[in-house]
Amino acid sequence: MSTDSTIHGVDEVVVSHDLHDAGHEGHHHKETFITKYIFSQDHKMICKQFLITGMIWAVIGGLMSVLFRLQLGYPDSTFPWLEDILGKWAKGGKIQPEAYYALVTMHGTVLVFFVLTGGLSGTFANFLIPLQIGARDMASPFLNMLSYWFFWMASVVMITSLFIETGPASGGWTSYPPLSALGDASLGSQAGMDYWITAMALFVVSSLLGGLNYITTILNMRTKGMSMTRLPLTIWALFFTATLGVLSFPVLLSGLILLLFDRHGGTSFYLSDIFISATQKALPNEGGSPILFQHLFWFLGHPEVYIIILPAMGLVSEVMAINSRKPIFGYMAMIGSLFAITVLAFLVWAHHMFVTGLNPFLGSVFVLLTLLIAVPSAIKVFNWLTTLWRGNIRFTPAMLFAIGFVSMFISGGLTGVFLGNSTLDIHLHDTMFIIAHFHIVMGVSAFLGMFCGVYHWFPKMYGRYMNNTMAYIHFWVTFTGAYLIFWPMHYEGLAGMPRRYVDYSGWSSFRQFGDLNRFISTVAMVVFAVQLMFVFNFFYSIFKGRKVTSKNPWQANTLEWTTPIHAGHGNWPGEIPEVHRWAYDYGKDGKDFILQTEPLGADEQHH
Amino acid sequence: MSTYFLFAILLLGFVITFQIAKASEYVGILKGEKKNNESNNRINGFLMIVFLVLGLIGVYWCNDLFKDKILGKAASDHGEKIDSMLYITIAMTGIVFFITQILLFWFSFRYQHSEKRKSFYFPHNNKLEVIWTVVPAIALTVLVGFGLMYWFQITGEAPKNAMKIEITGKQFNWIYRYPGKDGIFGKKYYRNISDAENNPLGLLWDDPDTHDDIVTSSAMYMVVNQPVKLIINSRDVIHDVGLTAFRMKMDAVPGTPTTMWFTPKYTTAEMKKMTNNPDFEYEISCDQMCGKGHFSMRGVIQVVSEEDFVLWRSKQVPNYAQVMKDKLPAQATDSVKAVAAK
Repeated sequence: MSTDSTIHGVDEVVVSHDLHDAGHEGHHHKETFITKYIFSQDHKMICKQFLITGMIWAVIGGLMSVLFRLQLGYPDSTFPWLEDILGKWAKGGKIQPEAYYALVTMHGTVLVFFVLTGGLSGTFANFLIPLQIGARDMASPFLNMLSYWFFWMASVVMITSLFIETGPASGGWTSYPPLSALGDASLGSQAGMDYWITAMALFVVSSLLGGLNYITTILNMRTKGMSMTRLPLTIWALFFTATLGVLSFPVLLSGLILLLFDRHGGTSFYLSDIFISATQKALPNEGGSPILFQHLFWFLGHPEVYIIILPAMGLVSEVMAINSRKPIFGYMAMIGSLFAITVLAFLVWAHHMFVTGLNPFLGSVFVLLTLLIAVPSAIKVFNWLTTLWRGNIRFTPAMLFAIGFVSMFISGGLTGVFLGNSTLDIHLHDTMFIIAHFHIVMGVSAFLGMFCGVYHWFPKMYGRYMNNTMAYIHFWVTFTGAYLIFWPMHYEGLAGMPRRYVDYSGWSSFRQFGDLNRFISTVAMVVFAVQLMFVFNFFYSIFKGRKVTSKNPWQANTLEWTTPIHAGHGNWPGEIPEVHRWAYDYGKDGKDFILQTEPLGADEQHH
Repeated sequence: MSTYFLFAILLLGFVITFQIAKASEYVGILKGEKKNNESNNRINGFLMIVFLVLGLIGVYWCNDLFKDKILGKAASDHGEKIDSMLYITIAMTGIVFFITQILLFWFSFRYQHSEKRKSFYFPHNNKLEVIWTVVPAIALTVLVGFGLMYWFQITGEAPKNAMKIEITGKQFNWIYRYPGKDGIFGKKYYRNISDAENNPLGLLWDDPDTHDDIVTSSAMYMVVNQPVKLIINSRDVIHDVGLTAFRMKMDAVPGTPTTMWFTPKYTTAEMKKMTNNPDFEYEISCDQMCGKGHFSMRGVIQVVSEEDFVLWRSKQVPNYAQVMKDKLPAQATDSVKAVAAK
């Protein structure tokens, strides 16, 4: 119903909907199963599609990590059931090196792109943008639907690659050429790599369609009175996330297309001076540089980590303010720091390349720019802390995850200060230290942010609550487990233990950590099992959860809580509400909370 | 069998948890939402402080457990600089870590919900915000300053007297080349590479400078306290020369040679004694994903005294001499003599 109206200007939207809704109160267009659940153009349904697809991917990606942690933790044991499910990839019950590298590669790709980009941004941008800015739907619901279906197609291609004879891509999620370009150099660089590139291309298309839509919607479709500085921080975060994606994903795509040319077109963008040992043949390619790919890759790859973390920051800021019953501290500084992070995100990519033979002077520039990011990050952390200070904190499951997020973000952010410093990066580059760092700061943090969002907005999505007890168990096990897994991993990295090794027993420098690896693997399995409990809680609660009885269960200020408990397509049955104040009037003038739709009092101060 | 047993236990545990969760939800409804929230709040607030205390103990304990397993003495001059940078960074980030984490959990515990308290409306405060913009900025300036000072020392020009060694990565081992007595690496071209003809680097025999080049895969020898400059190449995909004990690392990129230099401070024998580890070796680990054998791409460096190095080198037969001996035994002996005469 909003497709036609959104073509017109904002004012007209309101008018046309008023007329429209007058005749159709509480009633939707004739919807078939297909238009409602499959090819839906309702942003709320597309959100659920992204969320559930993301969850399926998260389970697959998590399971992969359990498999390779099994190998790392118990290198001397054999697991016959592995051969039952993986066949030749786990001959004799041991994961073969090719399979190990394929698992590591797919784990990274799936979690970074399909879960924490598609799943996280896709879910919350779709859900919150129209609801929190006061719009009936996205600027283009059709493109929005396409965005999901491109994501779906990318998922299908990626899943398919797991089952082909030569296996999926196995050159790491960064897929550096020449390894990823040469099928003779690695089994996974045969057909698997083509599937990987195809899936990623489809994913980029999905991400661009989504991102352009999010930006357009936020800029053009805010309801009356919703100035940019009255937006909740979630929307600001999603706005910057979309901007990052739109500007950087095309660069990745161009890099991948050149890779495809090198693989099949006989070009030499990334290839030079190569002699393949397996075939005893010298390749004709001369003059290319594999470092070019790294520049193109990290020009996306670095903004990508902010694409992952910014939405989580937005969700956490919102949930933290609501449950501390206090305004978020330093709203403008929060926006400013998001903006600073967004700009800096484009200026730091080469800190992934300090040891590639990069000119040391250029390296020094990137050190400076990289460590600059710590300033806006520090501002955010202190602002979150001050938001808690003298609050009246309710530990809802969402709030626990928000607090956990801040703790993880501090820990992971501080180790970033190590790695961003090129001097230390010489020693720590590509060791377990970096694994610990980015898993804490973007993996676990982003997941905690995502859980925070799911628990908080689940009542809005499904009109029911998730089970609290399971949620609390989920939080404490995940949070503690994540620290137990990744904190000691820093020590392995300080010892110089390289990442992506299937077996360390041949190395006198690294084999002292056998016990630790076993411990980490065991905890990882427990944490994974608890995530399955979350998935169960999610689906169980959709059908059997405690019902939501009031429109605004968390006593929050933002617009989504002014919609009916089960909002139809179009969100508000009557007129779209008008906004009179910012989103954070909690505890102001003795009032617990003041909805954004409430007009300013006669002598009331603007925030 | 034990696996199925494990799964059964897991499943059972899960069912029990689920039943408890469901029951507690009903109890919550019976107790009333408000009372239920209050008790949940108290429990979680308490767990916040428990987590903080146990976490801090855990950090201490973990450090105690692993501190002897991580950084032995840095074996190169650059390594010592990197270690001092590491300690500076640990000190500064450590302070921030403890302050912020303690505040986070303490605030969570201290300001948990209470009927008596009203939250404090505190939307912003410019003075505070300026403070925590400026203080981190200054701290980071210090870190950047130290970092770049060391960075330029480490990546600067190698000293004139540095011994040049070429190291080439391939799937899945390392090849080392010494320039021989003339001190010049002869020309090479990758299309000339032939493992069958014992020319793993593709040296061009037309260039007389190649004739005394020593090529070996067994170990890289270097002299203690003499700067060494590595010229790093790759034959196929990207590898990385990772020297943990020296704290050095540099990628091997096909088509684009890279370099690094450092001064080894202790011989292998000295390190064995100092680390109390008879198995100690200076290992070269490949630190860039390079294919299925990545984890086994191990090289060894022997740091020896000058005399031992000369002795070792005198035993090495140049690649050219080996090849010619295989090809034309008679001719080769001549050229070996010719090389020896030089």
